[in-house]
Amino acid sequence: MNAVRKLSCAVILVVCALSLGAGWLAPSGYAKQFRETPNAPPSRQHLLGTDEVGRDRFARVLYGTRISLVLAPAAAVVSTALAVLVGGLPGYLGGAWLRLARGFTDLFLSLPWLFLLITVRALLPLNVSPVVSVLITFLILGILGWAASARVLSTSAASLRSSDFVLQARASGVHGPRLFLVHVLPNLKPVLYAQFWISIPVFILSEANLGILGLGVAEPLPSWGGLLRELEGLISFREEPWKLAPLLLLIVVMTSFQMLLSGEEVTA
Amino acid sequence: MQLLKILRHAARKVLAIGILVLLGGLLSATLVRLAPGFDADERELDPGLSTDSVRALRTSRAGEHKVLTFYAGYLRGILHGDLGTSHALGQPVRELLKERWPVTARVAGVGLLLAWILATTLAFSVCLVRHPAYEVLGTTASGAFLCIPAAVLALLSVVVNSPGYLAVALIVFPKIYRYSRNLLVKSYDLPHVLAARARGLGEIRILARHVLPVAGPQIIALAGVTVSIALGAAIPVEALCGLPGVGQLAWQAALSRDLPLLVNLTAIVTLVTLLANSWADVMIHMLSPREA
Repeated sequence: MNAVRKLSCAVILVVCALSLGAGWLAPSGYAKQFRETPNAPPSRQHLLGTDEVGRDRFARVLYGTRISLVLAPAAAVVSTALAVLVGGLPGYLGGAWLRLARGFTDLFLSLPWLFLLITVRALLPLNVSPVVSVLITFLILGILGWAASARVLSTSAASLRSSDFVLQARASGVHGPRLFLVHVLPNLKPVLYAQFWISIPVFILSEANLGILGLGVAEPLPSWGGLLRELEGLISFREEPWKLAPLLLLIVVMTSFQMLLSGEEVTA
Repeated sequence: MQLLKILRHAARKVLAIGILVLLGGLLSATLVRLAPGFDADERELDPGLSTDSVRALRTSRAGEHKVLTFYAGYLRGILHGDLGTSHALGQPVRELLKERWPVTARVAGVGLLLAWILATTLAFSVCLVRHPAYEVLGTTASGAFLCIPAAVLALLSVVVNSPGYLAVALIVFPKIYRYSRNLLVKSYDLPHVLAARARGLGEIRILARHVLPVAGPQIIALAGVTVSIALGAAIPVEALCGLPGVGQLAWQAALSRDLPLLVNLTAIVTLVTLLANSWADVMIHMLSPREA
């Protein structure tokens, strides 16, 4: 691991640690309203000021980071598992299964990601409790985000099907699920890991996009998408630069993921 | 013989596109039908409506309850040039698309063109000039825009009062730059390019005769893919910048669960994306049959 990747890893770990320690760092919590000081600039009491209803922005950024950084990997696990089912397995089976799976994957890939996401999210209930809205948002990301990974996995599994060690295993009498689980799947691990890591920043950005369009995590629960929605009321960068704090944090985390994944993408 | 092969390939593509577009529309209709609260119509809550009016409203939507029946009716309508009527906007879908498509074509089209000019100029500069400053500039700019959500770029374009197509260009630019830069660097590192350089060939000649024939097909394939990316980028840009295009229409249709509008938009977006990819595929077939 080179120095840049080590630094990126350290940045992500520090941000994760800060978000997990939100309870100690921002004891006021993300929902408490300081009604006498709405839209306040940064002060000793409120490091990043308050939002339009008087909630501490620093606390909301920390709690929002926690939600995005914990649930994006969870959604990536779901999408990678689905990619194995829709891409890896048919790739191993080959023939009509592979053609059918590729057709289905093509259908999903032919729709722009954001269009698909907005359509499906809007079809599900919007007036739900904040916790349910978080689960719906990230579950949708996981359930819909498998297509690109499935494409990669089906190609990798199809190439493994005709490899020497699989032929040898077949000749030794290993067939069916055992052949897939014991000989093919372990060899797909590098691709699986790469797809898992690549999905995380994609899902973080997608949640942010959904949140800004009003289809993400419901208030008062914060998430990066919801926090960035505040930029809608931004007058100018010079007058209220502290409102850009969530965006800067998102850029720092996303850049760190990019640096960390620069090698993984090549592997994928 | 070659022409016959290309025609056969194109015919297969057209058939595949037709099937995928039909399936895309059906998938969209099914999703809307299965969505919780599909039967609810806000107009029924209007206390001014009589029982007969409410019944008439329910009857008008009765045909949408069975997805296959709705879809078969929709396909029959298409054959007669009728795309249905939007529930939320109360206008024929055909008229809505006619009004709004030019806005999206301009926003996504100009944005895409700008992104390609910017990305390829920078990528070619990195490979031709080989100065670290270009590499740093390209990596930093593409990295920064890749880290910012599309909707934030749309919001920032409102704050600085810049045109919507600029936001689309900045959303698409990093994807084109990263891919084309990597492709060109790999192509420049190939042994035959090194040999050409050792023989003293000029940079332009090396690019035109030795690099582009290798990288060209993949760059054309990328061009097809970026159409879909630009269309996707147009949704937040139009929705947040208040541009009355198809992207904004898609957002409104999704929020109001407008079945006829959603099915048409899904089919159209799928069709445009597949046509762009197929155009790229046919171009690759024509320019470099071995690559295809």
